[in-house]
Amino acid sequence: MSEPTAAPKKSGGFRDLGKMFGSGSSGRQVGILGALVVIIIFFQVATGGLTLDPTNLINLVNQNAYVLILAIGMVMVIVAGHIDLSVGSIAAFVGIIVATSMASWHFPWPLAIILGLVMGFVIGAWQGWWVAYVGVPAFIVTLAGMLIFRGANQFFGNSQSVTVPDAYTFIGGGFIPDFGPNTAYSNGTLLIGLVVAIVIVVQEWRARRTQTEMGSEKAPLWVSVVKIVLLVAVVVYATLLFAGGRVGTSFPVSGIILGVLVLAYSFVTRRTTFGRHIYAVGGNWHAAELSGVKIKRINFLVMMNMSILASVAGMIGVARAGASGPGDGVGWELDAIAAVFIGGAAVAGGIGTIVGSIVGGLVIAVLNNGLQLLGVGIDRVQIIKGLVLLIAVGIDVYSKKQGRPSLIGMMTRNRRASTEAPIGSQTSQPLERPAVAPTDSAEESSRPKSTTPN
Amino acid sequence: MADEPVILEMRSITKEFPGVKALDRVSLTVRAGEIHSICGENGAGKSTLVKVLSGVYPYGTYQGEIIFQGHESRFKDIRSSEIAGIVIIHQELALIPELSITENIFLGNEPRSFGIINWGEAKRRAIELLARVGLQDDPDTQVKNLGVGKQQLVEIAKALNKSVKLLILDEPTAALNEAESQHLLDLIRGLKGRGIASIMISHKLNEIEAISDAITIIRDGKSIETIDVTTDGVNEDRIIRGMVGRVLENRFPDRTPHIGEVFFEVRDWTVRHPLAAERLVVKNSSFTVRRGEVVGFAGLMGAGRTELAMSIFGRSYGTYVSGQVFKDGKEIQLRNVSEAIDNGIAYVSEDRKALGLNLLDDIKRSIVSAKLSKISRGDVVNDIEEHKAAEQYRKSLRIKAPTVDEGVNKLSGGNQQKVVLAKWMFTDPDLLILDEPTRGIDVGAKTEIYGIIRDLAAQGKGVIMISSELPELLGVSDRIYTIFEGAITNDIPIDRADPETLMKSMTSAKKKVTQP
Repeated sequence: MSEPTAAPKKSGGFRDLGKMFGSGSSGRQVGILGALVVIIIFFQVATGGLTLDPTNLINLVNQNAYVLILAIGMVMVIVAGHIDLSVGSIAAFVGIIVATSMASWHFPWPLAIILGLVMGFVIGAWQGWWVAYVGVPAFIVTLAGMLIFRGANQFFGNSQSVTVPDAYTFIGGGFIPDFGPNTAYSNGTLLIGLVVAIVIVVQEWRARRTQTEMGSEKAPLWVSVVKIVLLVAVVVYATLLFAGGRVGTSFPVSGIILGVLVLAYSFVTRRTTFGRHIYAVGGNWHAAELSGVKIKRINFLVMMNMSILASVAGMIGVARAGASGPGDGVGWELDAIAAVFIGGAAVAGGIGTIVGSIVGGLVIAVLNNGLQLLGVGIDRVQIIKGLVLLIAVGIDVYSKKQGRPSLIGMMTRNRRASTEAPIGSQTSQPLERPAVAPTDSAEESSRPKSTTPN
Repeated sequence: MADEPVILEMRSITKEFPGVKALDRVSLTVRAGEIHSICGENGAGKSTLVKVLSGVYPYGTYQGEIIFQGHESRFKDIRSSEIAGIVIIHQELALIPELSITENIFLGNEPRSFGIINWGEAKRRAIELLARVGLQDDPDTQVKNLGVGKQQLVEIAKALNKSVKLLILDEPTAALNEAESQHLLDLIRGLKGRGIASIMISHKLNEIEAISDAITIIRDGKSIETIDVTTDGVNEDRIIRGMVGRVLENRFPDRTPHIGEVFFEVRDWTVRHPLAAERLVVKNSSFTVRRGEVVGFAGLMGAGRTELAMSIFGRSYGTYVSGQVFKDGKEIQLRNVSEAIDNGIAYVSEDRKALGLNLLDDIKRSIVSAKLSKISRGDVVNDIEEHKAAEQYRKSLRIKAPTVDEGVNKLSGGNQQKVVLAKWMFTDPDLLILDEPTRGIDVGAKTEIYGIIRDLAAQGKGVIMISSELPELLGVSDRIYTIFEGAITNDIPIDRADPETLMKSMTSAKKKVTQP
């Protein structure tokens, strides 16, 4: 065999821009981020500046934090090759118990929150057990869960609403408290903005250092500088908006919770062995099992984690509304699933990222919000959301068939004139089951039959 | 043959993928009633050529012209090429497992009147077709209950039903045992007698030599030469020389084995079929492996070789009944895969795409996936360490890829196999079980894999090699076990092993003790 041929590396201009978000991020993610920016700019112009008004932004975060929190768990479930339809009902059930515990049993709010988390844990263990150890497909288990916990919510609350004490509404509608000298801005928010900006710079610097150490292809310095300048500008702008709103308002607490969860779960999915195993199970569970991955455990944990995040979302939802009612959380699961798929996850599992899903969720959120600001009725908003989901995934499927990453990726791709031909790579997915496969019929029944992404 | 009329002419076919020219002015001429083989290393462009011919890549996506039966053909999909009489049988069979033989044969082509399928007619014709391919099974049998060899025959019956004039077979014998292969080759010869021409792609050079009337060799997307076997004659070395562009001196690397003491032993291993409890797939099998030794496992398809290996590897197959495993004199428990890995056992599966790799992953993630703990602190993966480890294997195993960030789905079969080997070498095993490690990869890559096996043995590791190719087993092993119907029938040192002895022990249950 001949020596590996050194591929001529082209660089410069547009292609380097593609590396701005790292070689690991797919063209798809960059594309959807671009779409988000375009949508924001469009609505900012169309609404005459109302979209990026502090009050509206705060609303946007408060209204969507819980769906985005669900999207974090949902992308992990979908990457592992499952689906969870029960999250809205679980959120509602946990919500009403938590509300009742404070209203009727006089639990202090911290204890009520702990109760809610424990409930999420128990419900998640229940559903995870059915999926992972009994082998019932997650679609069925969570469809059942959707009915069970919706019913439980209405049974428990007699289909009535239960209001929660004011102290508790902090996590859903509260703001970072102000302190320190009067700067005409919220100092807490300014501080957070500063921390985020510093983290961005440090992260980029560390990423470059890692790339050097690995000796891998590095984007030129100017790309990093442009990236940092862009991101920091966005952070500064957002900070000033949130910090400079109506007196008494600042960055919402629910947004902080969301931010912390996004960071934590991004780390878990990208850097830990658990995260790797989720992708391995979703990509090819046969291979994962033969590599020593305990796939039942992974499936169990992924399903359980989803329910815990659903309980968090439910508690935030109750806090924002000030009460828990029988109709809470209806349709949340679908919003979360839509966010995940717009964010680039594959229906058959194995592909998807937390950040992508959050961006996907923001696309829906901004669309919703902008259309409402424009006075478009909820009927037409739904039609538009549906079409956006269809078109986003449609473009993805189409570009895969053409062997291109995506529309944006097509322009930014680093074309390699490599001798390694991608001949037939798009059709190389195995559809046949192997003659001798690991024997685990329970597991098999809970898996989609096809292993072709999308 | 040269006087037969030309049935197919592909003229100067060029097919480009983004960034790469898969085919570069390839020409191919097939005469009526001819068996024409296409040879080339993996990635040479054989499959692409066949896909152009069968309409998988429609007219307009390639340059050049296809003249079939005197007319220029512009196939827009597989269906239009089938209507013209070109049928392709893929490496991965395209039958629907849950449907019966009859239903599969007539799928999309059902005999019907007023839209209602005439199953009586279909069954009658199915029986006829099955007789032509030499298959005696009931046409109502579900395809999933047939072995791969019989499924292949059903595919051919399906093709015959479409009044095929040119049959394309992509690696038809890759998954078949010798008897099945022989039957298939005879069948193809029989079709030739009926005027059906065949194009065959195969890595098994002995078969190509035996069956072909003409051989076209493709290398790096170019047609190198066409050998007319009837007039020029051919031998394997001649084909290999054309494929690799140089003479391969020795396909099996020289080695002086340094065999140590027995360190791995399996006693009375018995395993039940996962679904049929009364069926024993592995029966009372005992064997040993010494340090630095390459132990071959020979057996026909379905003999239980893979099942034996997988059941030992953390009980990945079947239901465990009884048996003990000893390593370094101590009994060890291998209840699941991670226990097997922790005990220094690695298993390279026979099906790298379905069982060996996550095709969505890149090279580096694949290589470290079986022992993440080695590059992790706590549960956090250190990606610098990961990159370093992967890069080291990319270089030492000569995996052909620009970086370890490349997706494994973009690699050729041989390079994918190297990634799988790297993945298991990364777990620092003492015993490597290699199940058909050279299946479906080209001659050059095979030689490299043999080299890797030699190096592993030289490091004092034990290697078990399961293979359907007897020359390969004879060329690589120090000792060979034969398996027949789930039981080990013989244990033959290499100096006493020859194909006939092996074949005898692989096909009869009589236990002959040849070892002192």
